[in-house]
Amino acid sequence: MNKFVFLIPVLPLVGFLINGLGRNFLSRALVSIVGCGTLILSFILSLLVFQEVTAPGFVPQVINYFDFIHAGGLDIKFSFQVDQLSSLFLLIITGIGSLIHIYSSAYMHEETVPHFARYFAYLNLFVFSMLMLILGSNFVIMFIGWEGVGLCSYLLIGYWFKNNDYNNAAKKAFIMNRIGDLGFLLAIFWMLSQFGTVSYLELFPQIPSASLYVVTCITLLLFVGAMGKSAQIPLYTWLPDAMAGPTPVSALIHAATMVTAGIYMIARSNVMYSMAPHTQDIVTIIGMATALLAATIALKQNDIKKVLAYSTVSQLGLMFVALGVGAYTAGVFHVMTHAFFKALLFLGAGSVIHAMHHEQDLTKMGGLRKYLPITHITFLIGTLAISGIPPFAGFFSKDEILTAALQKNPIYYVLGVVTSLMTAFYMFRLYFLTFSGAFRGTDHQAKHLHESPFAMTLPLMVLALLSIVGGFVGIPNVFAENAHLLSAFLDPVLGSAHSSSHEAVHLSHSTELILMGVVVFLIILMIFFASRKFVDYKESEKEESAISKFLANKWYVDELYETIIVKPLGHLASFFNKVVDAKIIDGFVNGVGRSVQYSARQLRLLQSGQVGSYVLIMVISIILLFIFQFFWKH
Amino acid sequence: MPINYYIFLSIALFTIGIVGVLTRRNAIIIFMCIELMLNAVNVLLVAFSKMHHVAAYALDASTTAGTEAQLFVFFIMVVAAAEVTVGLAIIVMMYRNIHSVDINFLNRLKH
Repeated sequence: MNKFVFLIPVLPLVGFLINGLGRNFLSRALVSIVGCGTLILSFILSLLVFQEVTAPGFVPQVINYFDFIHAGGLDIKFSFQVDQLSSLFLLIITGIGSLIHIYSSAYMHEETVPHFARYFAYLNLFVFSMLMLILGSNFVIMFIGWEGVGLCSYLLIGYWFKNNDYNNAAKKAFIMNRIGDLGFLLAIFWMLSQFGTVSYLELFPQIPSASLYVVTCITLLLFVGAMGKSAQIPLYTWLPDAMAGPTPVSALIHAATMVTAGIYMIARSNVMYSMAPHTQDIVTIIGMATALLAATIALKQNDIKKVLAYSTVSQLGLMFVALGVGAYTAGVFHVMTHAFFKALLFLGAGSVIHAMHHEQDLTKMGGLRKYLPITHITFLIGTLAISGIPPFAGFFSKDEILTAALQKNPIYYVLGVVTSLMTAFYMFRLYFLTFSGAFRGTDHQAKHLHESPFAMTLPLMVLALLSIVGGFVGIPNVFAENAHLLSAFLDPVLGSAHSSSHEAVHLSHSTELILMGVVVFLIILMIFFASRKFVDYKESEKEESAISKFLANKWYVDELYETIIVKPLGHLASFFNKVVDAKIIDGFVNGVGRSVQYSARQLRLLQSGQVGSYVLIMVISIILLFIFQFFWKH
Repeated sequence: MPINYYIFLSIALFTIGIVGVLTRRNAIIIFMCIELMLNAVNVLLVAFSKMHHVAAYALDASTTAGTEAQLFVFFIMVVAAAEVTVGLAIIVMMYRNIHSVDINFLNRLKH
């Protein structure tokens, strides 16, 4: 089996090359087949790898391919690592990626063939980069994939490159990611100088003997990288703007690839994070703050994709809380369930947008239940799952995170519950505004409302099924002893880290059950509120209080960044442009040219054309040389 | 005769040559002045050669030391003769073209 592991990332790369190079001669059907087929093959291979990993007696394997960098004492191999964590992520990425590819083949059918092929090429490259990130056996290979997903997100967010706003959104995503990447890069350099290796298997055993200062700094720098990629405060603003891309791209970025990279990276380096309690506190606080901030913003957004985007930021915040309190399994579990229901919600939103002819404003929807039956049912399942209603997937993973947070600090627990309540509220607001009440769009739109084709509803149904049953791999001990399959599965990779923190404060089962019941009750109450308010929403019912305006404008964070970072940088740049460049640098260069011209004009006078004067100069010069020769030394 | 006399003669000839080159405009006169400078050097070469030879001869009657310079002088005269033919040919061509041997007339290189 190991012989075929390299095919998992190579297949999407081949798909990228075929579609990218052949975009002018391939037919639409062929592009779809290549684009989807390569990824489905990867998925099948990932299933085989997963089967092997779950077999008893499996030990993590590193497969070397070639020396990537070999210079002096530095030896970085190009190699893949197959273990429990990477095989799980392989399944999520290729599985959900395949569904999104299939969905895209129908969603993007309005595009002309070359652009259709370009779209699939980028999509395949995106998945390829993500697979590199997951499979790499050291931080350098991970960084290659890390940069690759950054590039592909830029290409896909700016896919409709004729719209300037979309290009700006793409640039924003790229630049925000670059800031994070710098942190990651510095962490890699630090690891190399301190430990001389970046390979997981060689590096992690050295960590316990390293000084606290070094480990804290490296983990913080890595976390800066994760902030950029996984959209945490202060680098989160690119993710909502990333909605400029086609909707399946949003699904891919939010569910399967890109934003999960930061979580994966921290889960992968859990040994280091467990050794750095200060970093863990920072991760928890930033995660919590992001979760709350994004949830409040999502309450007031009217763009269907913006609501989902802020919900992703909020859920990512919760995942970081889980990682910060040392519950790595809970974090990875939430990545998995979140991938299911967030992909479902985005694809469902895409189906709605498709039916509404690219209308994304919630206030112009409503009553779509009877026009889009399949989308409606699956979207409802996704909404229930993200809200944390048992027995849907989100309940189990979110509960695990909240329990872990409670064991660390009750404040985290309370804030986490508040976030969950807001999540339930804004998700059901979204649901009711879209699917219930009366249709508020134009007559033209009403006439053309239609259910999406099978290629789009099939992924929805598969994802809905996964959102229902996905949580059962992580049933907490309260319900059944040793039923947490995921925890048992990931134990070899993540186990050493979180076992210690779990025993610190152990909750009795009855307390846990009561808390669980209270949270679920509160969530249902929230849903009830949302239904009272939004089922029969009329556009006139707009309340414009100061707070709602504040939230609708996203806490004015974009404006704040504009004022404190973009504007000063712009002024600095124009200063450098107008003064340093135009005056000093150009002045120097032009001055050199002008002085050469001037001196040449003066020297030209010496060349009179009179032979006699030349000879005179020669004679005088020779006499001077003689004088110099005779009298210099004395 | 002391060597000084030869040196002074040589310097005088050389200076006359330089001044001639610098001040005269007639190409043929300039040419003659150049020859004068060349021969000033020849005089000096022969004088020093003779001086060294006399000093060496006093110690050893069979020596040839110091005679090479006189040979050089013959070479220089031969080469100078060749140069004179070329130079005079140029002056002849110049006269044919511009009907003058005034070198200040030949400042067209400037433009």
